[in-house]
Amino acid sequence: MFRSTRSRKAPAALASILAIPLTLTACGGSDSGSDSGGTATLRVLDYYSNEPGRTVWQKALEACASQAGATISREAVPGATLIQKVLQQASSKTLPDLLMLDNPDLQQIAQTGALTPLDTFGLKADGFAKGVVDASTYQGKLYGLQPVTNTIGLFYNTDILTKAGVTPPTTWEELKTAARKLTSGSQYGLAFSAPANYEGTWQFLPFMWSNGGDEKNIATPETAQALQLWVDLMKAGSVSKSALNWTQADVNDQFRAGKAAMMVNGPWQFPVLDADKALHYAVVKIPAPAAGRPIVAPLGGETWTVPQTGNKDKQAKAAKVVACLNSDESQVNLAKQNQTIPTRTALLASFSSANPNVKGFADQIPTARSRTGELGADWPKAATKIYTAFQSALTGQADPAKALEQAQNG
Amino acid sequence: MAEYEPPPGSVPPDRVGRWQSRRGQDRLAQLLFLAPAVIYMLAFFGYPVVKNFLMALQTYSTSTFYTGEAPWAGLANYRAVITSSVFSKALLNTVLFTAGSILGQFVIGLGLAVFFRRRFPLNGLLRSLLLIPWLIPLIVSGAVWRWILDKDNGALNRFLAAIHLAPGHPGWLTSTSLALLAVIMVNIWIGIPFNLTILYGGLQDIPEDLYEAATLDGASGRQRFRYVTWPLLRPVVSVVLVLGVVYTIKVLDVILGLTNGGPANASQTIATQSYHLSFVQFDFGQGAALGNILIAISLVFAVIYLRANRRAVDE
Repeated sequence: MFRSTRSRKAPAALASILAIPLTLTACGGSDSGSDSGGTATLRVLDYYSNEPGRTVWQKALEACASQAGATISREAVPGATLIQKVLQQASSKTLPDLLMLDNPDLQQIAQTGALTPLDTFGLKADGFAKGVVDASTYQGKLYGLQPVTNTIGLFYNTDILTKAGVTPPTTWEELKTAARKLTSGSQYGLAFSAPANYEGTWQFLPFMWSNGGDEKNIATPETAQALQLWVDLMKAGSVSKSALNWTQADVNDQFRAGKAAMMVNGPWQFPVLDADKALHYAVVKIPAPAAGRPIVAPLGGETWTVPQTGNKDKQAKAAKVVACLNSDESQVNLAKQNQTIPTRTALLASFSSANPNVKGFADQIPTARSRTGELGADWPKAATKIYTAFQSALTGQADPAKALEQAQNG
Repeated sequence: MAEYEPPPGSVPPDRVGRWQSRRGQDRLAQLLFLAPAVIYMLAFFGYPVVKNFLMALQTYSTSTFYTGEAPWAGLANYRAVITSSVFSKALLNTVLFTAGSILGQFVIGLGLAVFFRRRFPLNGLLRSLLLIPWLIPLIVSGAVWRWILDKDNGALNRFLAAIHLAPGHPGWLTSTSLALLAVIMVNIWIGIPFNLTILYGGLQDIPEDLYEAATLDGASGRQRFRYVTWPLLRPVVSVVLVLGVVYTIKVLDVILGLTNGGPANASQTIATQSYHLSFVQFDFGQGAALGNILIAISLVFAVIYLRANRRAVDE
């Protein structure tokens, strides 16, 4: 096995030295050595490159692979480079047997034709949260299964709120009042992340969607009201202007350092926050536009796909691994270890009662939406319009309605 | 080539047996010596430029990578990027960013180079310390600058507030009027070592006795710079400036690291917008079109440089 891999790599190395795109053809035929019968080695590509996620996923993948009668050879690259890597592999026909994708990227990659519909292997997404399935579906076909998801909620510093006599806000009005009351000296009432990229769009979505805004056309009064909320919060001084340049990790640093009493963030920040024993915090749902209205939060997390490698045997085995990762037991296990939430709705109630810290997030999952559910592969264009608009409004270039209209018209 | 012409009246070598003749062998040897450079140029410069040019005329999306199909789009990509609302802003920002960076880098770099020409203790140590911006990876210096320029807790604003210069905590990276200035300042900081090193090298080549002669003739310090240093440094200056423009016009990492083109496109340049189109929105056709516009602008500067050089030679 090892020898055959090496002999296949030799011409590839030679070709790359010659700097001629021959590498592509040299690697293209690498499926010839499929080992029917014995254990196959599945190539896995994902972006869980940091601990503790790296080890958690390694164990889960190994366990599922051995059930499917295979071993894995895994490559975990940094998040930002995954798509470029996938595109390179797609053009050189060296896609892995098992590929993890961030859920809003799935439809774009499925559109290229590089992925195999999972119904070919008899996989179905019955019992999964609707938003999660939407993200993994392209033109009516299921291309990925996502074992765990996440979303964003409102974190608050319990010590600061208790001291100020403020209860966690549940509506926009309460949010504005609470944020103003909690702002004093170098401490801001609220922190969110509003940079000119998809991270900023992701943070704006729960406000926009919960108020009835829609990405198909953002020049609507509903979206303008949501943007007005952000503008008001910043104008009142309750949110630092630095939010325009903050990543969610920066927001978390501000919260952790006590510079912000509340923040909009996700459960992946738990390990960082929990490392600080002096910090006491809790999480509630994102405040709603008015009392009693449902929250529509965006769904995060990664979906597992089976690329078109041409090797039927390995594809079938990879599909088995995907099914195994998505079993009830595996979902709960992965969610618990990665501070995320299972995607099968039947598991949500028991999971959030066993893990109270994620309750604020888990409660939002059944009504949550995926970013690509509506626009599919056109989502990146809409996401760009959204952040263009809120950056323009937050910097005072235009009022919310005008900013949204300008962005919508490009 | 003139020296290879056969002397007048001599018999030209037989055309058929050209490669057998001495001259033919020379020609072959010449070609063989040239071949590595030519192949290298074609593979690493010719191919990408041609590919980029073609890509800009195609609808080149993520699908193209898998299927290899890129439908012909004609000039649609160029039309889309030029009519986009960001284009004029990005073009203006590119001009301001390049001009501001070059001016700052050059003036400070030249000042320091002239200063370090004097002999004084720790000269060498100080000069090598000034290379630090060049040695630190840009990702690292970008992160540090982001922290320094932070609005609420950044070192710069704390310092300015402490000396009562700017108590209002200006948002260096978050205000639309300051963001471009901030990225220019950081880019100047990064570019000083390059200017200093090359200009210092140029100064070393100016013979000391010229200064002695000028001093004997009663030239003041300013006159020595004006009539000795500057004319003799001019060839180096034009190299520094043209390289500076070419390096600066395409700067990507500094801006991406500090502001990502924001807030509200206040620091968006053609380079960052092209990167954004290609690698964030995956519209490689439009990204390539914008990239080609950037190449065309660079070419204009190259031509200006060549013409200026020719004029200098003519003089």
